[in-house]
This record gives sequence, C-alpha cells and structure tokens, in this order.
Amino acid sequence: MPRVAMIRVSPRRYKKGDIVKVKSIIMHPMHTGLTKDKKTGKIIPADYINKVEVYYGDEKITTFDLKGSVSANPFLEFYIKADKKAPLKMVWKDITGDVTEKTIQIKPKG
Amino acid sequence: MNRRKFLKGVAISGVLVAISPKILPNSVARAENKPKKKSFEEAVKEVLGVDASKLEASSDIKLIAPSIAENGAVVPVKVQVNLPIEQVKSIHIFATKNTDPHTLSMFLSPANGKAYLSTRIRLAKTMPVVAVAVLKDGRTIKAEKPIKVTIGGCG
Repeated sequence: MPRVAMIRVSPRRYKKGDIVKVKSIIMHPMHTGLTKDKKTGKIIPADYINKVEVYYGDEKITTFDLKGSVSANPFLEFYIKADKKAPLKMVWKDITGDVTEKTIQIKPKG
Repeated sequence: MNRRKFLKGVAISGVLVAISPKILPNSVARAENKPKKKSFEEAVKEVLGVDASKLEASSDIKLIAPSIAENGAVVPVKVQVNLPIEQVKSIHIFATKNTDPHTLSMFLSPANGKAYLSTRIRLAKTMPVVAVAVLKDGRTIKAEKPIKVTIGGCG
C-alpha cells in the first residue's frame, strides 16, 4: 500500500550548480514494538521505515538507515547539488515490505 | 489423606509450576518479540565497528537541538559538518539511553554538495544525544548535546 509522501525543494528558483535544500516527509506511524495499545492492552508489533534511498538521474546519491526511534511521520532534510535536469526519486521501505516511491523534477533555470 | 499421597501431590504441583511458562506460548512469544536493550557502547561498536572511546570530539561537527524538549516524541535535530563534502562519508545519530540507541545513519556522496541532515527523533527520557561523522581518512568525529525531556516518547 503506497503511503502519502511529499518532497519539496527550496528555494523554488535555482540556477545550474546551486546547492539546494530538499525537504521530505512521509506519513507513517513508526511503531517501535515497545508501545501498548491503550484499548486492548496488547503490544503493537514493530513497523517502521528502515531504509530510504535517494536517486538523482540514474545515480543513487544518498541512503538513510532508520530505526524505530525516529519520530512518527519521518521528516528528512538534506542538500543536493542541482547540476543537471533530471528526476529526483525517493524510495521509502519499511520492515513489513511496504514500498513507497515519489518522484519530482529538478529543473535548474539558466 | 496420608503422608505418601500428600508428598506426591506436592511433587507433582511443583513440577507443573516449573514447566508452566513453557506451556503458555503467549508469554514466551511476547518476551521474544520485545527488542533487546542495548548500551551506547554496544550500538557504536555494532554500527561503526569502532570503540566509543575512539570517537574524538571536534568543532567541525555541529549538533543543533533544543536543550529542553517538552515532548520526547518529536525532538528536532540538525547535524552539520563544516568540512568539504568529499571528506565526509556518513553521519550517524545516537540517542544514548533509548532501548536501541542507534537512531539514524546517512550515507552521503559528493552529489549532496553539503554535509547536512535535519530530522525529528524520539527520546525516552533526559539523555545526551551524540552525532557522529565518519570521514574518508578513517577518523570519526562526534558532537554531544544533553537534551532535557519532560514527557518521554518511546512508550
């Protein structure tokens, strides 16, 4: 089941070769496997995102390894060097085998 | 009831009490399901392959976080390495007193342009948070910051 994810680039206008900030967020509860359900009293099984991959063009530029102690709806912010016109793809994988993909276009002006 | 019967009964009930945890699969399954508690030193050894004492404190790496976090479930953390991107291999965050201290690893490449990471983490209680950067020349540098937590976030 794909989840809701968002990627934003700031600033909105950038030139070729600029270093731009990429903000990303995905809706995910990130259960650690330690918390209890308040209604039933049972432990909620672990379910968290453990791998995030970032592709720029054909290249894999960044990998993240996450654990359960990242907050719910994991937010990641990093930089990329916008030196070509290419898609930026992010892939989120969780430990139950759920995969979510999101692609945006990097279009440097000038 | 004579003495012989009584002793037999005691012996049988004793055996039953001893093996009862094995009969109840529910309690066993729950114990296995729970993640094991790790210390900060163990987590560093497992993730980075070096001793925690080998990490050198440096001013090249900066950890930006609030000194008092009201809600432990959402603590904003920023890590900045003031070195050229070609020299930095990866960035790691450890929350020293969480059940699993290893929180996040980021593996960079020169296409990133800047060694920077911002995210939100969970803290179970008041503890120091450690950011570690692994450099291309084999050095590992760290920055540490104690964060006070009013409400824990790991349940």
